[in-house]
Amino acid sequence: MSGIPHDHYEPKTGGERWVHKRLPILGLLYDTIMIPTPKNLNWMWIWGIVLTFCLALQIITGIVLVMHYTPHVDLAFASVEHIMRNVNGGYMLRYLHANGASLFFVAVYLHIFRGLYYGSYKSPREITWIIGMLIYLAMMGTAFMGYVLPWGQMSFWGATVITGLFGAIPFIGEPIQTWLLGGPAVDNATLNRFFSLHYLLPFVIAALVAVHIWAFHTTGNNNPTGVEVRRTSKADAAKDTVPFWPYFVIKDLFALAVILAVFFAIVGFMPNYLGHPDNYLEANPLSTPAHIVPEWYFLPFYAILRAFTSEVWVVQIASFVTGGIVDAKFFGVLAMFGAIIAMALAPWLDTSSVRSGRYRPMFKWWFGLLVIDFIALMWLGAMPAEEPYASFSLIASAYWFGYFFVILPLLGVIEKPLPQPATIEEDFDAHYSKTGGTKTAVSPAE
Amino acid sequence: MFRKIALSAATALSLVTGSAFAAGEGGHVTDYAFSFEGPFGAYDQAQLQRGLQVFTEVCSACHGLKYVPLRSLSEDGGPAMPEDQVRAYAAQTFTVYDPELDEDRPAIPTDHFPENNGVGAPDLSLMAKARAGFHGPYGTGLSQLFNGMGGAEYIASLLTHYTGEEKVEAGTTFYENTAFPGGWIAMAPPLAGEDVEYADGHSNELHHEAQDVAAFLMWTAEPKMMARKQAGFVGVVFLTLLAVLLYLTNKRIWRNVKYKND
Repeated sequence: MSGIPHDHYEPKTGGERWVHKRLPILGLLYDTIMIPTPKNLNWMWIWGIVLTFCLALQIITGIVLVMHYTPHVDLAFASVEHIMRNVNGGYMLRYLHANGASLFFVAVYLHIFRGLYYGSYKSPREITWIIGMLIYLAMMGTAFMGYVLPWGQMSFWGATVITGLFGAIPFIGEPIQTWLLGGPAVDNATLNRFFSLHYLLPFVIAALVAVHIWAFHTTGNNNPTGVEVRRTSKADAAKDTVPFWPYFVIKDLFALAVILAVFFAIVGFMPNYLGHPDNYLEANPLSTPAHIVPEWYFLPFYAILRAFTSEVWVVQIASFVTGGIVDAKFFGVLAMFGAIIAMALAPWLDTSSVRSGRYRPMFKWWFGLLVIDFIALMWLGAMPAEEPYASFSLIASAYWFGYFFVILPLLGVIEKPLPQPATIEEDFDAHYSKTGGTKTAVSPAE
Repeated sequence: MFRKIALSAATALSLVTGSAFAAGEGGHVTDYAFSFEGPFGAYDQAQLQRGLQVFTEVCSACHGLKYVPLRSLSEDGGPAMPEDQVRAYAAQTFTVYDPELDEDRPAIPTDHFPENNGVGAPDLSLMAKARAGFHGPYGTGLSQLFNGMGGAEYIASLLTHYTGEEKVEAGTTFYENTAFPGGWIAMAPPLAGEDVEYADGHSNELHHEAQDVAAFLMWTAEPKMMARKQAGFVGVVFLTLLAVLLYLTNKRIWRNVKYKND
């Protein structure tokens, strides 16, 4: 499967040969788990395993929750309370599932920003990147629909606001919105279809994850230097890599254990910290909450959605040029989806021949600013839509687009990159003494 | 560089989300200290029983607790009343409509506290989780990170922060309350102090009654809190242990790769 030369699976016993002849599944598992992996991967390469764990956690807890949950507007809220009070360990299942979504998004954002910094999206890994973006979109859809299921106030009003976005599409928006909701407003039909899709999408994600792994196992992992593993011979490749098992499996499991300790502290001691108190009130179509705030992981894009009001000149130009078809609301929707599409286009917007941000002196600063920008947007998304937050949101949104559509293409032309190591081995050995055992270990990162 | 960014990002994230979800317009909430705050905080069984008394004698006139089964009063990690006492309490305090008998009968432990929609007062089962309390310091949400969201603080504050001012608007009387968002609430001051006579002889001053019933409502909202914290603690201990073992394993297997003798 891998393009990196290495030893392939050879069936050893009679039983193995019997299976291998009929279905090469043992070989597939062996080659997947023993894949040559650049030995200089740092701690930012652990998020993949955390994400895989999250998906498994959400599916397993979710399947059990479904056994006790009732998707009906009159019963959903009470059935969640039933889970919290009467189901054995139900409170733990539900809090694991609810906070599991947050862990999932913490991990996916760190995973995405790792890719953006080390140029993991660049040739030949564009398909891995695009699949990753699709997974991210599916995650957002799943999380959004999952949040509707407890049928609290934020569930209902969040669903009303977000499906209202589709209503902003000119001409066909309202029919689409009605079609999505299954009626003129968020109601039982909406709850039922969201429940159905919330159960379906995780399995779509699981399939996409398999393709994601398949893709980067074909190209080989990126690594902090961005220098490719030598493929000239098996011996050369072996100098740059170690097999995934046991080296990275154990390392990743260690990181996962640390992260899960923190996660369990949150679930055990403060499970409602990341939630919204209003969602402990049953949905009431007649009473709108004072602030409708999405979950924290949607806030950066929610801020971009709200940033483009009708006073902004780009919006006015767009409106004028299209004869009013693109109004502020539709522009905001386009901007929100555009912000994600901008990320997905990174492989073609980044013109630099150097992959890793480590050897790009100017890029580093612009990237650091992008991280700050992302956090600022997250904060602004939670603030009320008034000054000075509106102006800040506009500036922060502009930087998001500026980074992808202006800075990334320009940097490749004007930036003078630093020299890169010739091989991964060279970079790795520079961090570790060869004389064995001296305790001067630097972590394998920066 | 990247690590620094990641670290500061994580810190900022906690601040952002903390303040974001704590944020909400509102009145002044006093940062009352409750026994169940913090990772090791536990419910005070006697306080929950006193709170139940306040609820029964005062609040239940208008408010219901429809999600709370009466039997849970005898569960561990709650008021933990003896089962016969719960049976007697249920029978003497509430009557429920039985659709099979087609008539009202005394409540039994498997019934829930009744709903109460009489005067449009909200159900209180989950109120302590549906409200946030002290967001501080400086709106960072750090208090909530360690002490919980503070719904009980909000309830206790609401009950004690009436100013005594009243106004009539469109035929409804509103009472000024500095803890209530907007400052004017339709609920008349339910407690004045010395409203109930505690069996355990505990002080029945207003702020004691308010905190007792607030603690009780925290329990009705989160009856499994003690078990949850215990599970969390066990989980953290075992995962930390696992992390240490994996750390040592990781160090051991990488040793030959990092410090090869060639």
